[in-house]
Amino acid sequence: MSVDETTTAAAEVLRSVKHVPGSAKPSPLLVADHVTRRFGGMTAVEVDHLEVQEGVITALIGPNGAGKTTLFNLLTGFDRPNTGEWSFQGRSLTGKSGAAVAKAGMVRTFQLTKALSRLTVLQNMLLASPSNPGERLALSWLPFLWKKHEAETTEKAMEILARFKLDTKASDYAGSLSGGQRKLLEMARALMTDPTIIMLDEPMAGVNPALVQSLLGHIQALRDEGMTVLFVEHDMHAVRHISDWVVVMAEGRIVAEGPPDSVMKNQAVVDAYLGAHHDTDLGDDALLDPEILARLEAEEEKR
Amino acid sequence: MEEFLRILTQSMGELLAPTTAAYAMAAIGLNLHFGYTGLLNMGQAGFMLLGAYGFGITLTSGGSFWLALLVAIAAGVLFALILGMPTLQLRGDYLAIVTISAAEIVRWFGRSTLWQEWTGGASGLQGRYYKEPFQELSFLPDGRWALGPLEYINTGSDSWWTRIVAWGLVALVLLFVWLITRSPWGRVLKGIREDEDAVRALGKNVYSYKLQALVIGGAIGALGGVIFALPAAIVPDSMGRTMTFFVWTILLLGGAASVFGPVLGSMIFFAAYMFMRTGMRALAENTGVGDVITTTNVEQIGGMLVGVTLMLLVIFRPQGILGNKKELAFNVR
Repeated sequence: MSVDETTTAAAEVLRSVKHVPGSAKPSPLLVADHVTRRFGGMTAVEVDHLEVQEGVITALIGPNGAGKTTLFNLLTGFDRPNTGEWSFQGRSLTGKSGAAVAKAGMVRTFQLTKALSRLTVLQNMLLASPSNPGERLALSWLPFLWKKHEAETTEKAMEILARFKLDTKASDYAGSLSGGQRKLLEMARALMTDPTIIMLDEPMAGVNPALVQSLLGHIQALRDEGMTVLFVEHDMHAVRHISDWVVVMAEGRIVAEGPPDSVMKNQAVVDAYLGAHHDTDLGDDALLDPEILARLEAEEEKR
Repeated sequence: MEEFLRILTQSMGELLAPTTAAYAMAAIGLNLHFGYTGLLNMGQAGFMLLGAYGFGITLTSGGSFWLALLVAIAAGVLFALILGMPTLQLRGDYLAIVTISAAEIVRWFGRSTLWQEWTGGASGLQGRYYKEPFQELSFLPDGRWALGPLEYINTGSDSWWTRIVAWGLVALVLLFVWLITRSPWGRVLKGIREDEDAVRALGKNVYSYKLQALVIGGAIGALGGVIFALPAAIVPDSMGRTMTFFVWTILLLGGAASVFGPVLGSMIFFAAYMFMRTGMRALAENTGVGDVITTTNVEQIGGMLVGVTLMLLVIFRPQGILGNKKELAFNVR
């Protein structure tokens, strides 16, 4: 089982890393410091330190409203932080536009899939090719200057589409694809840019269970080819199966980090997901007793 | 019967009329804005008026025809930059608001007495001041010529020469737009139309592409204004909101994001518009219809019907005549 071997290899790299929020990684690709984002009086993101290890699959999980997508948007240049700086491959990306971030090799997908409906699947793919001379207005009307690049890109696009089993759909409009196929197309399109790190915002959301397995396989295959993957996810099943490292966010902060099996048992994570009193039976008549209620409240205060 | 033939001939004449070419040109520019890039430009008439002023004022002050064309294009480019630079960072709807008000500002400046010596104020810039250099370029012999029932003077205001230049310009611009939009550059514009965040996430400078589209479409709109001014005078009030909505109707009738849509749309629009108005007038004069629709109401009713057509188009056939049916097979938004 090659997949399992590589999983162990990736896990090996992270063996020495401490299981604490903001822990240092052996070779971090993305490093963020003091990133905060406030919406009015609400602090959506308050991350002191985060490192993302190169060449592994890192999952960013947390309950609704934990600030995962906001952090994602900040790091990829789709939102502006109140404070904070971050660097990618040692180069600062703070305050850079979404386009500049993508050009640097950090390419993202979206939670609500953004397939370009009235372009064909193949056009979607070709659009993603970086530094196409035909995309410059001055050269656009001279096809002989970009025909070659276009042909090479088409070949590459068809290869990637074949891998995602979308090659038969190449000439269909992207708008006619199913939800799951659009997710695949978005991922395939991101790959056209030859990213260093691919950032997937809830790749499993709205995908039927039959397709989830193949999506997971694709993500693992990317890692095995040496790509770094950071993904936001709700589906704990997916997280447990493919991620090498898990970062847990709650109320805008990173509350835990660690390999999937151990982090799920972490008290802070359980609290964040289920509330501190998840094992208190709400149907228990004892809760009507003011004394017990007062004790629970006192516990809550102390936390 | 004779009456009917006259109405038919008049409507046919609209197919080749310089005004039809002017609107087709403006719609080609708007097509680049809306059809390809998804920019809501509600002030195409402002671009046209500025182009017409640039052309007319340059010729009036003694510039050559070619210089006047360049000035007109430059006016369109400048207007697009001024409008686009602050607003293209914002959401699409804001561009619509800014363009509609900017077009009105241009018109009101034209109407005012502020630069009356250049613009002629509310009564406009009369054609006799600027038409001569244009008509001197004509290589057609003197006299008249007839194409079937359509007969015009060879060189003059409403002439074959004006038609040749107008449609020649339209053909050139159409070729240019076809060349640039079938390229990867055009593909980026279409991507922006579908979802600009997705295109941004792929590393493209969306703002720069939108500005390029706005500038080129605006310059083409200015050329439309030049053609509009060739057989007529430059009167600000005849180039206002109504003109913008006519251009929109033409674009949506012909089919947004199609190459020949604007030209076909303009031809059908003006032929039908003429047929409807002359037909109504003839009916009002010769039959009992006159009791309900008096001849003086024909223009107003014509305008209303254009509005109704625009609504029906958007609701029932948003892809227009030449638009791609396949694109409607799925829900776009």
